[in-house]
Amino acid sequence: MNDQSKTRRAAWLYNPTYRNLFYQALVVGGLFWFLYTITGNVLNNLEARGISTGFRFLNQPAGFAIAQTLVEYNETYTFGRTFVVGLLNTLLVSAMGIVSATFLGLFLGISRLSPNWLLRKLCAVYIETFRNIPLLLQIFFWYYAVLQTLPGPRNAINFGGESFFLSIRGFYSPKPIPEPTFAIYVGLIVAAVIGLIVLARWAKKRFIATGEQFPVLPTTIGVMLGTIVIGYFITGRPLSFEYPVLRGFSFAGGMRIIPELMALWFALTIYTSTYIAEIVRSGIQAVAHGQTEACRALGLTEKQRLNLVVLPQAMRVMIPPMTSQYLNLAKNSSLAVAIGYPDLVAVFMGTTLNQTGQAIEIVAMTMLVYLTISLSVSAFMNWFNKRVALVER
Amino acid sequence: MKKLATLIGGVAAVATLSMGAQAQTLEQVKNRGSLNCGVSTGLPGFSSTDSAGNWQGLDADGCRAIAAAVLGNANSVSFVPLTAVERFTALQSGEIDVLVRNTTWTLTRDASLGLNFTGVNYYDGQGFLVSTDLGVSSALELDGAAVCIQSGTTTELNLADYFRFNGMSYEPVLYDTSEQTISGFEAGRCDVLTTDQSGLYGLRLQLSNPAGAMVLPEVISKEPLGPVVRQGDDNWFNVVKWVHYAQLNAEEMGITMANVDEMRTSNNPEVVRLLNSNEMGAHLNLDANWAYNIVKQVGNYGEMFERTVGMGSPLQIDRGINALWVDGGLQYGMPVR
Repeated sequence: MNDQSKTRRAAWLYNPTYRNLFYQALVVGGLFWFLYTITGNVLNNLEARGISTGFRFLNQPAGFAIAQTLVEYNETYTFGRTFVVGLLNTLLVSAMGIVSATFLGLFLGISRLSPNWLLRKLCAVYIETFRNIPLLLQIFFWYYAVLQTLPGPRNAINFGGESFFLSIRGFYSPKPIPEPTFAIYVGLIVAAVIGLIVLARWAKKRFIATGEQFPVLPTTIGVMLGTIVIGYFITGRPLSFEYPVLRGFSFAGGMRIIPELMALWFALTIYTSTYIAEIVRSGIQAVAHGQTEACRALGLTEKQRLNLVVLPQAMRVMIPPMTSQYLNLAKNSSLAVAIGYPDLVAVFMGTTLNQTGQAIEIVAMTMLVYLTISLSVSAFMNWFNKRVALVER
Repeated sequence: MKKLATLIGGVAAVATLSMGAQAQTLEQVKNRGSLNCGVSTGLPGFSSTDSAGNWQGLDADGCRAIAAAVLGNANSVSFVPLTAVERFTALQSGEIDVLVRNTTWTLTRDASLGLNFTGVNYYDGQGFLVSTDLGVSSALELDGAAVCIQSGTTTELNLADYFRFNGMSYEPVLYDTSEQTISGFEAGRCDVLTTDQSGLYGLRLQLSNPAGAMVLPEVISKEPLGPVVRQGDDNWFNVVKWVHYAQLNAEEMGITMANVDEMRTSNNPEVVRLLNSNEMGAHLNLDANWAYNIVKQVGNYGEMFERTVGMGSPLQIDRGINALWVDGGLQYGMPVR
């Protein structure tokens, strides 16, 4: 073997690319071997102990009722359906929480930087209080200390004529029922939205071309309100309402939010909004003060400064930590089990697990669901982050 | 959360424990010097803690009887409070040696969870508790009612069956523990509380005004409650099973905590076989005093019943079908011979 080929072989051995590949293959192989072994081990042990395994239970009838279901469900449906019901309830409370916590958090975060002393201090007290009390305690507070002290259905608090009732059984409101002309009404609203999008694009183009501004936001609000209100009467009141009526033990008819959902939603919103508020504040403060001074020097109004200069730059700082808060909120919704809101953990990992005893399958499915939710939120927020990120030229 | 941690821990333990470890529960208990016994998180009459923190009740005493038979000391018990959802995983994974937690014996549980029920320490049935203000006198008037239930129990299934069969609707309100269930009922979140009849009497006592609530006459299911062990350890299965039979036999023979020392020297061969037989003990891999220790330290079945749920307790439940077979009940001690 001559020196040259030796060097070549040595070069191959010391090439970082090959070495990295080798070690990574080793790690992946080891991981697969590990998973393969523990899976086999689990299955052997379960069989040896006479514990049934597999996902057949998903096709068996569940036999129990669930308080809140977004899809059709009764006790003759299967355990597979209870999984869907629980999952949808989890998604519902997470989505409600994310929307409300974001709005509340934005408001609080901006208010905390307000020149108004009282507003600023009130927000600070709010944030420091609710951020530092464990979420579970807050859930218990809303459920046991607030909602469970409401009167029974017969003495329900009535506001808004005979339409809205609040009692320990939940919040009742009239339920809209679409009439035949409802489709036309929806069509009108869709048309208005499309028109407004076109208008916004035109306004932006004109702004870039001529520098003239068009009042897009007031126009949008005006047109939408007009369409919704006037359109409602033009199409001949396309919605009729079913009112809640006290009958038997409780209210029948109407729409209802169960107190467990309210308590969980309040607690998640209030708790998470404090974190979001701090993120908003840090985002705004991260924009150098020189930017503000530059805006003033250019003669921009305070509103323009916030909307055109400060917020777009603050967003870049805010979005990654906001993602974490959304993930936390979705995962924290599993504390629902403490007050009996029928979320995935309560329905599937609670009742279904206990009725079937299929612990490994059910815990694995539940973990997989939370993982999927988290990864999806994360993927969406990363995409959004890329869109607003600073484009360097 | 604690529950999540227990469950995941339990699942991991089921996954990793090797097969060899489970066949010698008796040895493990003896070596450890204490019995890990799974009980409820607090159900008066069955297992709940008194003001001094001591576990009381029929199930708690059931744990003590096993400890007395195996270890000679009824106090060598580590009580492990478990919610309905946690209980089977805790047993499967070996966190506890035996589950004595008002658990209903059903086919699914017996045949598909790798568990064995050892007997019935209380014959129960599901009933309803309502507030007297409600003006309801029968469960058939409950159409549309909100019902508080403890999650993960057979109760949930029986309730669904009963309401569906009778063409009625209901709204389930599920809680994790019996304390939460009773507080939900008391606050008025639900109109009706349902669980086993024995539980209803116990929970009613926790209300601020027990007289304001009544138990409806309907019993909608059979709920045979008893201890559970893991499958695949026949010796341990036998031990737990025969602790119960020993207590029943003692009652049949009139042996009590008070007279057990005296009876030990009796010349009645039946009594001798129960209280002082090397042979009987050896069959179970226990010593000759096993049954003597149970009766001496915990009492016979009747004594245990009266003290915890019967007339001598705040629950004041009639012996009913839990009487001995000779008195027209269902409790029947298999012969010790």
